[in-house]
Amino acid sequence: MQPKDLTPRDQRIDDALDTAGVRHRATFKQEWPLLLLLIFVWGALWQDFSVGNLLFGAILSIIIVNLFPLPPVVLPGRINLWYCLKLFIWFIGQVFAASVHVAWVAVARGRKARSALIAVPLRTESDLIVMTVGHVLTLIPGSFVVDVDRSSSTLYLHYLDVNSDAEVEKARAGIRDIERRLIMAIGSPDEYEAIKAEEGPDFSARRPAK
Amino acid sequence: MDFFLEIVVAVLLVVGSLMSLIAGIGLITFPDLLSRMHAATKPQVLGFLLLFAGLAIHLRSWILVPVLVLAWGLQLLTAPVSAHMIGRAGYRTKHVAKETLHVDELKKVISKHSEATGNTGAVRKIEGSKADENEKP
Repeated sequence: MQPKDLTPRDQRIDDALDTAGVRHRATFKQEWPLLLLLIFVWGALWQDFSVGNLLFGAILSIIIVNLFPLPPVVLPGRINLWYCLKLFIWFIGQVFAASVHVAWVAVARGRKARSALIAVPLRTESDLIVMTVGHVLTLIPGSFVVDVDRSSSTLYLHYLDVNSDAEVEKARAGIRDIERRLIMAIGSPDEYEAIKAEEGPDFSARRPAK
Repeated sequence: MDFFLEIVVAVLLVVGSLMSLIAGIGLITFPDLLSRMHAATKPQVLGFLLLFAGLAIHLRSWILVPVLVLAWGLQLLTAPVSAHMIGRAGYRTKHVAKETLHVDELKKVISKHSEATGNTGAVRKIEGSKADENEKP
């Protein structure tokens, strides 16, 4: 595997402290999804979604994010709700299929179950996409992330029930398919165009090679 | 209609619990730490979804749905993190049974990094991240 060029990119944010030791503060534009989530949590816990309650939740959320600031997340600035919905439905389907598979391996194979630690270099340069790919593949039974190389967007993951090199390649292609779906749903415009160019004109109709 | 819904609830609850049972079986039967992490962290995703769906139908109250969605969502957010942290720590402290692995592509990277830095790689991060670069003079 060729190491990628390691220059910082605009989709990567610095860690919580920069070289001068100054902590970056998130702007409102970066923080509004977190605020919405906190307001939703407030409403859900009170089981009351009336305007007054949500407004009070909003005030509390603003106080919380200012008292306990988190490092900002760089949003890709693009979202396609149709692909998000497709991704979610596909995800639930994968979880069902893979749960049955892992259950069968646990019961039938047991001690003889073999697995593999494989490196999957991702095409994306965005922290957010790397993180979501890792989350999605960990939630789908059969694989989870052991290590991450942030500078080259490489995930090192443990894959259950791998017995041959062909299955390693199949697993790698599967992860890159998750990445493709995520970029189509929430990737930045540049990466979306790159994926479109890579997949050809009828990319959305193409079935994953599985 | 009520009878039909109760049957749906029963099926959802039983299948959801079955996922937890299979997780328990997996914990016993899988040979090493990393394989067991699969069994230990995955039943939340499907098992909880089925249990929560059963609960929501049984209680027949829409106001509870946001709470259940929230509980499921938080499970989805936290389960992978714990799996990752335990798996990573287990790998670095050499608690992984190498003979059960078909290939180990992480080993090459870690040993290469260890040679380059003279570090054993036991605890140190291998990422060439910003934090690492800042440590260098």
